[in-house]
Amino acid sequence: MTDNSLDLRAIQFSGLASRVRRLDASMLLWLLLIAVLGFLILNPVLRLIVSSLQETDTGRFTLANYRTAYGNIRHLQSLLNSLELGVGVALLATCFGVPIAWAISRTDMPGKAFVRLMVFAAFVTPPYLGAIGWILLAGPNSGWLNKVWMAMTGATHGVFNIYSMTGLILVIAVTSFPYAFVFTSSALDLVSSEMEDAANILGARTLRTTLRITLPLVTPAIIGGIIISFLEAIALFGAPALIALPARFNVVSTQLWQFFEYPVRVEEAAAYSMPLLAITVLMFWLQRRILGRRGYTSVTGKGGERRMIALGPWRWVMLGYALIVCALSVFLPMLVLLQAAFAKAWGRGFSLDNLTLHNFYYLLVEQTQAKQTILNTFVYSGVTAFAAISLSLAIAYVVNRKLVPFGNVLAFLCVAPFVVPGIVLAIGFYAAYAPPPLALYGTATILILGFTTRFLPIAYTSSAAGLRSINPEMEEAVRILGGSRLLAIRKVLIPLLKKSLAGAWILVFIPATRELSSAIFLVGPNTRVISVMLFDLSEEGNFEVLSALGVILLVATVAIAAIGSRMIGRDFMLRRNS
Amino acid sequence: MSRLRLTGVSKRYGNFTAVDHIDLELQSGEFVSLLGPSGCGKTTTLRMIAGFVDPTLGTIEMDGQILSSPAGSVPPDRRQMSMIFQSYAIWPNMTVEQNVAFGLELRKLAKAEVRRRVGEMLEVVHMNHLADRYPAELSGGQQQRVALARAIVIRPAVLLLDEPLSNLDATLREEMRFEIRRLHDEFHVTTVYVTHDQAEAMVTSDRIAVMNHGRIEQVDHPRSLYNQPKTRFVAGFIGRTNFIEGVTEGNQISFDGFALPRAAFEHDMPPAGKAVFSVRPHSMRLSDSPPAGGSPSVGVVVVERAFLGEHWDYVVRPREGASPLRVMASPMDDIPVGASAWLEFEPRQMALIA
Repeated sequence: MTDNSLDLRAIQFSGLASRVRRLDASMLLWLLLIAVLGFLILNPVLRLIVSSLQETDTGRFTLANYRTAYGNIRHLQSLLNSLELGVGVALLATCFGVPIAWAISRTDMPGKAFVRLMVFAAFVTPPYLGAIGWILLAGPNSGWLNKVWMAMTGATHGVFNIYSMTGLILVIAVTSFPYAFVFTSSALDLVSSEMEDAANILGARTLRTTLRITLPLVTPAIIGGIIISFLEAIALFGAPALIALPARFNVVSTQLWQFFEYPVRVEEAAAYSMPLLAITVLMFWLQRRILGRRGYTSVTGKGGERRMIALGPWRWVMLGYALIVCALSVFLPMLVLLQAAFAKAWGRGFSLDNLTLHNFYYLLVEQTQAKQTILNTFVYSGVTAFAAISLSLAIAYVVNRKLVPFGNVLAFLCVAPFVVPGIVLAIGFYAAYAPPPLALYGTATILILGFTTRFLPIAYTSSAAGLRSINPEMEEAVRILGGSRLLAIRKVLIPLLKKSLAGAWILVFIPATRELSSAIFLVGPNTRVISVMLFDLSEEGNFEVLSALGVILLVATVAIAAIGSRMIGRDFMLRRNS
Repeated sequence: MSRLRLTGVSKRYGNFTAVDHIDLELQSGEFVSLLGPSGCGKTTTLRMIAGFVDPTLGTIEMDGQILSSPAGSVPPDRRQMSMIFQSYAIWPNMTVEQNVAFGLELRKLAKAEVRRRVGEMLEVVHMNHLADRYPAELSGGQQQRVALARAIVIRPAVLLLDEPLSNLDATLREEMRFEIRRLHDEFHVTTVYVTHDQAEAMVTSDRIAVMNHGRIEQVDHPRSLYNQPKTRFVAGFIGRTNFIEGVTEGNQISFDGFALPRAAFEHDMPPAGKAVFSVRPHSMRLSDSPPAGGSPSVGVVVVERAFLGEHWDYVVRPREGASPLRVMASPMDDIPVGASAWLEFEPRQMALIA
C-alpha cells in the first residue's frame, strides 16, 4: 500500500520534472535554431539596411548614401532599364511558355516527351551560358546568324545585334520561360477535363472552350509565372553583365556591381539595392495573394478521365512553334557552344582541322587554377546542399511535430530568403561578415554560408513537403514499442525520407553549382567558382575555353539531374513544390 | 418516334470490351437510368451518347438522325445535349449566373432574354438569391443545383447525368433525388441517368437499364425490375434476395427440404426440369406456430438472427434441407435461435429467373 503511493508520487514527480526539463530543452533548441537563422538571414538583411544609412568610416547616421545612389541620372536610368528588362522578359517568356504548357497538358501534339525534355534542358542551362551562346550566334557581324544572313543575302553587315536591350530580353526569356511553363502546366494538370467537356456539350468548340474556360481557370498561375519571370530577370547578374555592359547600358544588378569596383562603396550599394528588395517583397506578396485565392481548381471533385483535345492538322503547327522555342533556347545556343568548346578558334567554323580537345586539356590539366575552381564549385555546392538540408530538415521536423513554441517564426525565416534577390543577399553578407570581427571576406566559409542562405527556401519547402507526406503514426509506432525519438528518426523517418532528401539535395546542388549573382560579390582570389571564372573569361574574350568550361558545368549538371530523375522519378525538377 | 436510339453499340479498348452490343430506346420525355456496378460500362455508354467517346460498333441516333457511328460522329458541341458531371464541373472563375448563362450566350440569345431565362431557371432550383456568388462559396448541394440549372436552361434535346449525386452526403443525396425528379416532371427533358445506387435509380426513373460487364441485363420499370427480375444478376443487384433451385416433378416443384404445388405459379409457369427462383426476404412469412392460411408453408429451424430495429433479420434452414434462407420479420416476431418455426411462401412473389 505505502509502496504503491510512493510509486505514484514518484511517477507524478518525475512526470513534472521531465515536463520542466522538456520545456527547457525545447526552448534551448528553439533559441539555437533561431540563432542560426538570425546569423544566416536576419543579420545580413538588417546590416544591409543599417549600412545604407551609415557614413562609410564613422558609422554615423546619414542619408548621403541614398543621395549619391539616386542623385545620378545614370543610376536612375539603370532602374528604368531593369524595369523594361523585367517586363519584356516576363511577356516574352509567357508567350514562349504558356502555349507549350497548354499543348503538352491538353492536346494531342506529337513529340511531347521530347519537348518536355528540351524545356527541362532550358531550365538547367544557366542564363549566362545561354547569353554566351547567343553572343556567338548574334554578335554583330561575327555571330553565326549574321554570317548566315550575309552569305544568303550578300549584305555586308549582319542584321542581328545581341548587344541591345532586345537582345538581352530575348536571351533571358529563352532561359527563363520554363518558369511560365511549369506554373501554367501544373495548374492545367489540375483542371479536370470535365470543365472543358461541360462547355463542349453546351455547344462551345475547342477554341472558344480554351479561351473562355481553360485559360481563365489558370490565369492566376500564368500571372504567377509572369511575376517570377519578372523577378528572375531583374535579379540576374550574369546575362546582363555579358550583354548590357558591351552594349553600354546598365541595369540595377550591373550597376550594383560597379559600386564594388575600387573603391568599394558598400553603403551606396546597400542604398541602391533597396528598390530591388522592396519590389521583390511586394511582388511575392502579390503573387501569394493571387495564387492563394482558393476556389480556382480546388472546387473540382473527382477528376474523371482526362481527354486530350484533338487538334487535327493544327497539332503540327503547335509542334513547330514548340520546336522554334526549343531552337532559340537550346538547340542553337548549345550547338554553337559545343562548336566553340571543341574549336581552335570558333570563328573558323565547323571544319575538321578546327577541331581540338585542347580547351578541355587546358582546363582540366594545364591550368592549375581552373582545376581548383572546378573542385571548389562542386565541394562548395555539395557542402551547401548538405548544410541547407540538415538545417531545414531539423527545422521542418520541430515545426511539423510542434516540438518548440513559435515554430511558425522558424518556418517563416527559412523561406524568407525567397524574397531577397541573390545579389542583394550577397551585399548584405558582405556588409555583415566581410569586415572584422569575423572578417570572412575571401574565405570559403562566407561563400558556403551565403549559398546556404540563398537556397534555404528550396531545401525547406522540399523537406517540409517530404515530412508532411509521412504519417506521424509511423514514428509513434516506434515510440509505443519503447523506442526513443532519436531512434524513431534514425530507423524510420530518415529511411522513409531518403528519396525526398536526395531530391532536395540535388535541387540545391544544381543551382549552387551555377550561382553567379551572389558569388561574384563573395569570392576571393582562392575561392573562385566556375560561374565567376566563366565571367572572367568572357571579359578576356576567350570564348573557346569559356565554352569548354560551360560544357563541363552542363555535363556535370545533366549527369546529376539524370541520376536524380532515375532515383526520384522523372521531371522532379519541373514540379512546383512551393 | 423514339427520341434516342442506341443500336448494337459497342466500345472496345484494345482487348477490353467496355460496352458490348447495347440496344436501348428512349421515348421523348422519358427518364431512363443506366444502373450497374462500377466498371459495367454505364459511364462509357453515357459518354458515347454525349459524343466524347466514339463507338467501335453500332450507331446512336437522335430523332432518326445518326449521331455516332464507327465511321464518324457529330462532335459534342453540336448535339444539342447537356450533361451533368460527377465533379459538377462548375467553372470556378464564373459566378453562378455566368455559369448558367454560358450555354444561352453560345446560342446568341439577346442579353435581356438570357437574363430572364437565367433568372427563371435559378428560381426553379432555388438559387436566385445566390446568383452573384462564386462556386467556391457554395455548398455541394448548391453546386449541384447550379449544374442542374446550367444543363436544363438551354432546353436540351437530351439531358445526361453522370453519377451526379456521388459526391454528396447521404441526406443531401436523398433530397437531390427528388429534386432531379421534380425538375424532370417540370421540363420533361429526355434524360439518361448513370448511377450505381439503386435507390437513386428507382426514385428518379421511368425505366431502368441494369448493366453488367458491358451488357444490358434488363430494361424495365422500377417495380417490374424488382418484382420480376429476369436474371440472377438483376435479382441480386436490386435489393436483397434468396436464390432457390427447384425441380419440377409432376404437379410438384421440389426445393431443398420442401416442395410447393406447381399450380401456385400460374402467372409464370416454370418449365419442366430445374429452375431457379428469386425470393425476397420480406416476401416470406415466419411464424412460431403452424399457419392457418392457405399458402404453402414449410417447417424450419432458426440458425441466426439480428435485431435491426425496424425489423428482424432471420437466417433459417428447412428442417429437411441444408441451404439457409434469409427472412425478414416484424420486430414483434421474437423467435430464439434453435427454435422451430414455420415459413410461409407467397408463390406469386417468387420470380423465375433461369
